[in-house]
Amino acid sequence: MIMIKTENLFFRYGDEKDEDKFALRDINLHIKEGEFVVIIGHNGSGKSTLSKLLNGIYFPTQGKIIIDHMDTSDESLIWEIRKTAGMVFQNPDNQLVATIVEEDVAFGPENLGLPSAEIRKRVDEALEVVKMEDYKRKPPHHLSGGQKQRVAIAGILAMKPKCIIFDEPTAMLDPSGRKEVIQTIHHLNKTEKMTIVHITHFMDEAVNADRILVMDEGEIVLEGTPKEVFSKVEELRKIGLDVPQVTLLSHELAKQGFEVSSQNLTVEELVNELCQLK
Amino acid sequence: MLRDITIGQYYTENSVIHKMDPRFKIIASMLYLVSLFLVNQIVAYVAVIIFIGTVIKLSKVPLGFVMRGLKPILMLIVFAFTINIFLTPGQGAPLVDIGFITIYPEGVERAFFMAIRLVLLIVGTSLLTLTTSPIELTDGIEYLLNPFKKIGLPAHELAMMMTIALRFIPTLLEETDKIMKAQMARGADFESGNIMNRAKALIPLLVPLFISAFRRADELAMAMEARCYRGGEGRTRMKVLKYSRLDVLGGVVVVLYMAVCVVL
Repeated sequence: MIMIKTENLFFRYGDEKDEDKFALRDINLHIKEGEFVVIIGHNGSGKSTLSKLLNGIYFPTQGKIIIDHMDTSDESLIWEIRKTAGMVFQNPDNQLVATIVEEDVAFGPENLGLPSAEIRKRVDEALEVVKMEDYKRKPPHHLSGGQKQRVAIAGILAMKPKCIIFDEPTAMLDPSGRKEVIQTIHHLNKTEKMTIVHITHFMDEAVNADRILVMDEGEIVLEGTPKEVFSKVEELRKIGLDVPQVTLLSHELAKQGFEVSSQNLTVEELVNELCQLK
Repeated sequence: MLRDITIGQYYTENSVIHKMDPRFKIIASMLYLVSLFLVNQIVAYVAVIIFIGTVIKLSKVPLGFVMRGLKPILMLIVFAFTINIFLTPGQGAPLVDIGFITIYPEGVERAFFMAIRLVLLIVGTSLLTLTTSPIELTDGIEYLLNPFKKIGLPAHELAMMMTIALRFIPTLLEETDKIMKAQMARGADFESGNIMNRAKALIPLLVPLFISAFRRADELAMAMEARCYRGGEGRTRMKVLKYSRLDVLGGVVVVLYMAVCVVL
């Protein structure tokens, strides 16, 4: 089943004078239910803009976006769409509303008008999924960046979305915080069977994805499994992106004439190949 | 240091006063304020002091903590006391009459009452904030203002604004600290010079702080909308305030107390 579909999507910002200057051009996405899709691209490539379109914060200039059979340009469906496709933003501080962790997680379900007992249940479940149940009575400013971001994720989970869009959730975190958040995202995809769209500029976060989309200048320039995408080292470099270090090393070794596949993504894979060299 | 900042002056304790419904506590505090202006006899003041003393005892908040709230208005109390003692005209013979200073017995009485009244006022209201967390207080205010929605009072919006303000005070303090250090590292001087110079030195602190506050507000609004926030209409709450037997009991006590105040 298709969770997210875009058809010939074009988007131009409202304050843009130049009629031909689109932030997004001809985007055609098909994201299946339960899929883990990573969108990479450098700053200004349009990846954040795309995420905001998927959540109904912006509306397409041309083309269509269908989230779980709902067209985002239909304003009467907007809340249903936002409930289906939750969104986690970059800055952990600027998306927490309440002064206590559990109150913040309750914010979404409260907006949906659910009964109190149901909210209570959802809040406890969501905090358990992100492993923050010990902090539920703490004020957010006592938490680390990674913890705050997990609380933000719990806040979305409590609304029971079918799909979560992560807009660079790790960009402002330290390495340990990044690890916590990435583990949580993987857990959501593997265990909770949630559709994930993860936008990032850290290449190593894309390694475990089902599919990678590479964006540049508002267009999707490459698409495929991590192995397919990262083997195109030169193309990625041309648009200012790096590949994971292991892949880069494999690529350089292959160029020097060693019999190494340039599609290695993890250290183990490369080590295995290197050990078999004569 | 900034991480441990507490908003308001909530004193964490598990007393009967803490457990009472915030709505009840707000109303009781208001009645208490009214009672202070009803009484004007020594006996009545004794009743007030006994009442508030019992509440302090029950709340398990140390007396020193309660009295700390008096510090900022100490000057005001001294001022009110002095003005009243010197400037109250009396009928009988003055107690002291040296040159331009004349003190009448009425003046002394009024000055004392005024000082006691101010002290009791502050003690009573700080007891409310000491035993009620900011969130409870906000919830209580929202519930109490709900009936006024009909005449166009934005009760939910006011409460939401208070919550967000409480949430962002520590964040903005942290940010101020960061900007201050960044400016100091580039040679900014916030501590010396006269008032004008110091005020000028604050500009490079305030401008980035304001810019970032607006950016935060923008992002927060987007995040709130993404979480289906559309105002107070159709919104439910996880925690619903409920009056308990404790509040009924408290209500009886407060009514009795008010009766005593009115009679005296």
